[in-house]
Amino acid sequence: MTPIYLDYLSANPLLPEVQEAMIEAIRKNLGNPSSQHQLGDQAAEALEKARGQVACLLNCANPKEIVFTSGGTEAINQALKGVAMANQGKGNHLVTSNIEHNAVLRTLRRLRMLDFKVSSVSVDPYGRVDPAEVAKAITPQTVLVTIMHSNNEIGTIQPIEEIARITREKKVPFHSDAVTSVGVVPVDVQKLDVDLLSFSANQFYGPAGVGGLYVKQATSLWPLLDGGVQENNKRAGTENLIGIIGMGAAAELAVQQMEARMKRLLVLKSRLIQGLKDSVEEIFINGHPELSLPNLVSVSIKYIEGEGIVLMLDEEKIYVSTRSACAAGALQASHVLLAIGRDFADSQGTLVLTFGQETTEADIDRFLAVLKNVVQALREMSPLYKKPN
Amino acid sequence: MYSSTVMDHFKSPRNVGEIEDANGIGEVGNPLCGDMMTIFLKIKEDRIDDIKFKTFGCGAAIAVSSMLTEMAKGKSLEEARKITNKDVAEALEGLPKNKLHCSNLGADALQKAIKNYEDRKAGKAVPEPKRVEFPVISHAHSHGEKCYCPYCNVEVTEAEGVCKSCGHTIPPGQPA
Repeated sequence: MTPIYLDYLSANPLLPEVQEAMIEAIRKNLGNPSSQHQLGDQAAEALEKARGQVACLLNCANPKEIVFTSGGTEAINQALKGVAMANQGKGNHLVTSNIEHNAVLRTLRRLRMLDFKVSSVSVDPYGRVDPAEVAKAITPQTVLVTIMHSNNEIGTIQPIEEIARITREKKVPFHSDAVTSVGVVPVDVQKLDVDLLSFSANQFYGPAGVGGLYVKQATSLWPLLDGGVQENNKRAGTENLIGIIGMGAAAELAVQQMEARMKRLLVLKSRLIQGLKDSVEEIFINGHPELSLPNLVSVSIKYIEGEGIVLMLDEEKIYVSTRSACAAGALQASHVLLAIGRDFADSQGTLVLTFGQETTEADIDRFLAVLKNVVQALREMSPLYKKPN
Repeated sequence: MYSSTVMDHFKSPRNVGEIEDANGIGEVGNPLCGDMMTIFLKIKEDRIDDIKFKTFGCGAAIAVSSMLTEMAKGKSLEEARKITNKDVAEALEGLPKNKLHCSNLGADALQKAIKNYEDRKAGKAVPEPKRVEFPVISHAHSHGEKCYCPYCNVEVTEAEGVCKSCGHTIPPGQPA
């Protein structure tokens, strides 16, 4: 039985070209980009090549605006804490949405401990933020607006360009957590006109533990890490060069292949959604029907709990993620699902299915066939389920 | 994550279903908390002649239900009353720490079902178990634990009425 992997959001496989680039870098034994000698120059050259490749993916005209980090979480922490700290004299208010990733929510929670205030705008049942609500939430005290580009649980893509027009007009810096978007769908920092944008290599077949932050020139930002002068004084510490080279290679491939990948993913996505509707009764497909990621389907299955589904699918070597409270460990229902109007009980039976390069139509079909039986087995065990007559 | 015993009971749960002519029924938890368990008893001459369960919940909750029914089957009421949540968790060779609350449902449901049997026997009016129908947005406490903002997940004090983190009004809590 060949395993079926529908959990690309958790971890992407490294593409062969990415592996090659990284292995070559390891074998070459590149030095430290900060060194003054030839070996250092060689390392610095490799670092700047990768920066160029990443800048290209974001259509960023000035590669100096890319700061490499240890991943999306660091980039987000850097953006939020860095801007808040740098603007303490100007104000103490931030604006966000109520469906952000924990990297944003918990960073904001931390800032609240330092007397920053946070306003959170709600979303419609598709998970879309209304830019007018963002405009209303901005006060003279606002030092940053942070709204994610696409949601990691339901895939909905936000009207970032429109929000950026508002923040530009009000002269408030705007950060977008684009971790689930960059490398998957077009993200053009010039077109979006954001001030800061976070991303992670592992979402586009690069290595985990590498990511970056786009910082538009002249954005006030305190570094999260102090020390050396790496990354234009924005991020101290010797660069993770091997990882960054991997991200660069992955970014270049993403630029070349994005259109073809998206086309393929959309075929898989509609097959999966149609198949779910055909094979399982009483489900909700979460997220926006069109303005959403091509590689993600979120489905809430009534009367059962997600961890049970994951474990039963695991027995069949089918790997998926759930957003149930139990599986999350925190015993809380997903704030994203609640924000779009799912109730606690329905949130429990929610799967996040993410697919990619190696997923085939046959995988989708086998997943659907197995899921149908798993859902039936669990529903028969559930006191909430009443068999249709 | 789970012991092999837990996985065994999850994969092949024993005694799933309902007993049509049950003379003791106990229901605990609610779907809002993520777990709900119903125990059906057929008691003959103060002995558990048959026991079945239905559970909405995670792998641990299902394994707990299954193990509990195995432990209680054939026991006298006196013996069954002594089954604790700890016994069930031990019989399952332990549960992950964050799942211990699931095991707290099992014995409670059994005790509730026994009480239900005794109340019926004593001729007491037994209220139908109240089923929590899927309500619109509200928030639940995980079995008497902390209260979290249903919008942004931050721990809140219900008395405050408003989540300090996201500014949302906190709706009234559901009894766990």
